[in-house]
Amino acid sequence: MHAPNNPFRKQVTANLRIEAGINWLLRLSAYAIVVAASIIFLTIFWKGSKALVQPTFPFINIGFLTESPETLHVLEKAGSPTISMGDRALREYEKDHDVSGYHKTSYVYAAGGIFPNIVGTVLLVIGSMTIALVLGIFSAVYLSEYSRQGPFIHMVRLAILNLAGVPSIVFGLFGFGMFVLAFNWGVSLLAGWFTLAFMVLPVIITASEESLRAVPRGFREGSLALGATQWQTIRQNVLPYALPGILTSSILGIARVAGETAPIMFTAAFVMRDEMPWQVKHFTDFFFQGVMALPYHIYVVSSKIPQNEYTEKVQYGTAFVFLVVVIGIALASVMARIKMRNRYKW
Amino acid sequence: MNEHAPAVKPHHTVNYMSESQASESARPSETMAIEPEHHKRARTLIDIEHVDFFYGKSHALHDINLKIKEKLVTAFIGPSGCGKSTLLRCLNRMNDLIDGTRVANGAIKIHGVDIYDPAVDVIELRKRVGMVFQKSNPFPKSIYENIVYGLRLQGINNKSRLDEVVERSLRGAALWEEVRDRLHDSALGLSGGQQQRLCIARAIAVEPEIILMDEPCSALDPIATAKVEELIHELKKDYTIVIVTHNMQQAGRCSDMTAFFYLGKLIEFDATEKIFTNPSQKQTEDYITGRFG
Repeated sequence: MHAPNNPFRKQVTANLRIEAGINWLLRLSAYAIVVAASIIFLTIFWKGSKALVQPTFPFINIGFLTESPETLHVLEKAGSPTISMGDRALREYEKDHDVSGYHKTSYVYAAGGIFPNIVGTVLLVIGSMTIALVLGIFSAVYLSEYSRQGPFIHMVRLAILNLAGVPSIVFGLFGFGMFVLAFNWGVSLLAGWFTLAFMVLPVIITASEESLRAVPRGFREGSLALGATQWQTIRQNVLPYALPGILTSSILGIARVAGETAPIMFTAAFVMRDEMPWQVKHFTDFFFQGVMALPYHIYVVSSKIPQNEYTEKVQYGTAFVFLVVVIGIALASVMARIKMRNRYKW
Repeated sequence: MNEHAPAVKPHHTVNYMSESQASESARPSETMAIEPEHHKRARTLIDIEHVDFFYGKSHALHDINLKIKEKLVTAFIGPSGCGKSTLLRCLNRMNDLIDGTRVANGAIKIHGVDIYDPAVDVIELRKRVGMVFQKSNPFPKSIYENIVYGLRLQGINNKSRLDEVVERSLRGAALWEEVRDRLHDSALGLSGGQQQRLCIARAIAVEPEIILMDEPCSALDPIATAKVEELIHELKKDYTIVIVTHNMQQAGRCSDMTAFFYLGKLIEFDATEKIFTNPSQKQTEDYITGRFG
């Protein structure tokens, strides 16, 4: 039998070729992101894990996580194995060994660990996110629930938009001028908190407003119609349902706060500090002390000391730990969000 | 009379117009006989006088005059956008929530008190004038917590008092038998019709005088609608009910008085029977016979 003529038979037309070309163009753009992310993450994980993972028990280099940074000394002499050890270890070693014939090279911060930096970053994140969330949620509630459209509100929104576009180094300089000098807080946690908080404020406000808008209008009307005041309505029937969304979007803010170097350079970060943050005479001193922080440490060890096989460990190790800390904080807020989501579902 | 006055005056002018208008109105009131006796005896509870309402620049209500009687069901009917919901939302000042809205002229009086007077506490007003919305809006809490929400706002936390109110309100909304075993389950697990009755129960829990219903059945199936209508019949023993509806059969079935709105104007207000059997306005007749709208 004669096969019927197929009216849908495929024909290679110009449109079809353009279609295929566009398909690949879009596809490759998407792949490029994956490639870039993979290269960055795999390099850091691979090289960084050398500082953190060791072949012998307990398999994780605890010292890297619990000690302060130290200077690394490398002792070289023709004919004998190269000795590389931290400052304290070398002093012990010198007591019963003669090291006079060796050629000594020293690299600051390349030995020991990064414990104070981890603590500093965690403190900076917690403090600045607390300030940013409180300020951000309050202003978002005002903007989306209370304010009436007008030139003033227009100005507030414009300010938020502009704030989002300000480079982080400008925030750093603003914080330095405002908190460190004008308020005379010095290089301190408090100055860092506020500087970082103002930096993420636009993100938080925008995200909070969106989450608030996502709460059905019926919840507000239903509550108000029962004789609730506006605050009662917001407190009981709007905010609880908006919080999961606000937290989700704040995760982005957390990563930014934890990762920015420029804003804390002049306001909160020390290159090196011997005391830990809790070693203060009076509890108020806690807020007025500078801290070491991971991103600033990454900046210091990558730009201020030479790059070679001896320093590589601390350079990549710090970046690696930093990523893990950020992922950890983000995970915690994801969990908090899931918990809240389950409590407040509609 | 200004240019916004209804094109033609309804029959029982004495009942719904202010003195000045009534005196101008020369129309005889022979048709009042059709109005059931108790309607005439009922006291006026809500007195809407010459109300003009604006959304920004758009003039949504034109010189509305209406007297709503106590313990009767008054239905607002009319095509979409005719202003019936707007007027309803003026009665508990729900329109305050929308930017740029204002009552430009006239007054809305409840018990003779102008509710737009600056001295009026909106919170108190809304406690007295409950509202049920078009889209049922139970809060994502338990059935119990939904009912007691209004009481808790007033600081009432006494367990036995709350339990009592929950039972009374749910019985009042004909929902008690269906949910008595799952008071602490989420209200969102209820069917659409049950949710709407829950919203009614929530409204009556705070013991209002007036219940405003904004198309309460528009999202419900016929059986759930019948239940709500039955409920309205029950509720009118204790409450004054104002209901906005798109469904003329519904207005016919459950209201005592009907107001027909068209393009922001009150065209006719009369006893429901009268409106549906012998409307005095051509527009009303066209609308209820389905010629437009």
